[in-house]
Amino acid sequence: MGDRTPLYGEHERLGARIVDFGGWDMPLHYGSQVEEHHAVRSDAGMFDVSHMTVVDIDGAGARDWLRRLLANDVARLEAPGKALYTCMLNAQGGVIDDLIVYFLAPGSFRLVVNAATRERDLAWINRHAASEEVEVRERPGLAMLAVQGPTARERAAALLPAAQRAAAMALAPFSAAQLGELFVARTGYTGEDGWEIILPGETATAAWRALEAAGVRPCGLGARDTLRLEAGMNLYGQDMDESTTPLESALGWTVSWSPEDRDFIGRGALEVQRSAGAPRKLVGLLLEDRGVLRAHQRVLTPAGEGELTSGGFSPTLGRSIGLARVPADAGERVEVEIRGRPLGARVVRPPFVRNGKVRIQLD
Amino acid sequence: MSNIPSDLKYTRSHEWLRHEDDGTITVGITDHAQDALGDLVFVETPEAGAEVKAGEACAVVESVKAASDVYSPVDGEVITGNEELATQPELLNNDPYGEGWIMRISPAAEAETSALLDAKAYEETLED
Repeated sequence: MGDRTPLYGEHERLGARIVDFGGWDMPLHYGSQVEEHHAVRSDAGMFDVSHMTVVDIDGAGARDWLRRLLANDVARLEAPGKALYTCMLNAQGGVIDDLIVYFLAPGSFRLVVNAATRERDLAWINRHAASEEVEVRERPGLAMLAVQGPTARERAAALLPAAQRAAAMALAPFSAAQLGELFVARTGYTGEDGWEIILPGETATAAWRALEAAGVRPCGLGARDTLRLEAGMNLYGQDMDESTTPLESALGWTVSWSPEDRDFIGRGALEVQRSAGAPRKLVGLLLEDRGVLRAHQRVLTPAGEGELTSGGFSPTLGRSIGLARVPADAGERVEVEIRGRPLGARVVRPPFVRNGKVRIQLD
Repeated sequence: MSNIPSDLKYTRSHEWLRHEDDGTITVGITDHAQDALGDLVFVETPEAGAEVKAGEACAVVESVKAASDVYSPVDGEVITGNEELATQPELLNNDPYGEGWIMRISPAAEAETSALLDAKAYEETLED
């Protein structure tokens, strides 16, 4: 038996197929992964993401310390409530994890990091925090729900007392607010509008049931994966890890290079790669022949071999899509080896789908 | 509970087969198999005329999760694959013993079927 979130009983009640995910017993789907996927694109779905790790960082030195720890610059968070997506790098520029950092108040930040990397992250964070004026506090008592889809915010607003609804609905993308016992953030991992809600574990079941009653469909990790792939969002451990840099992972946009004197961990190595040019890049692929792209399939390009890092069937496109790490000058036409046969694929720029709309040329 | 019709034969690798009146054999995958795979998104059926051998992979079904081989239950020659599955792989989820059939085989004269399981024996393999 793995770790269980406060919502495990709900997953059982709803007949979820449970799988192990980074040591956690999590719902893969509640009957049909594809229907759950479509619910998020067209209406509203909810995901139990309580397995993710919430870490609060407090102290007079918190801001300066995070400016060194993270490759994106928390100084860009100008007002409390703003959020930033960033990588946390090792000295070689390899990605230890990707995370969202929320600016809660002066001297107070919240990190949400991946479940599968929890121990390595905490060890790294604590090691670098040791001699600093910061307090690192993991928050295992908190649960987390992602409510996503075009009608998600409207439906989820029913959870909130009337007085707080307006404040929640007014949140701009990548902003958050503590509203009573709910921390509501307009963020997500699906390419749709919505909220991620962090709340006390003991209140999670009541919130989940209220959302279900409001017409929000329970969705499992399977739909979460196809949604994030369509949205062109990387999955840590699959599309990038400590052996790849953000520049090789289509995450160059998350690295804040200015000011030039901000000495974040990994900067030296990244600067070298930036001026030499990264030898590999992460791209989107659309399979043109019939079949299904899967992680670890070989990609054949005129410039050399690459590898699928994520792949699957896109329910929105009705086609197979993937992310692949290929030589920097791979060109637009490639082949993917599927069961010994080379099939044609086209390099495209993710996202494949965003806000319910197809964003690539299909033919 | 998985549906296991009593008039079919089964393999340990979760194929079913039905002896048709004209001497041919229809092959598919069981309700248990489609349920374990999850939503099917792609099916590759064999070409008419292809030789198949018992226990050898002859078709591929891919779900949202993974690709799985389908093994021929007998030696024989493929008469036809189910072409509907190319555009409607979900037939395999919705009707695994009916419209979701995968292929029709003309069994070889000496085709061995004694190792195949009846419904009760197949059900027991699921309980292990």
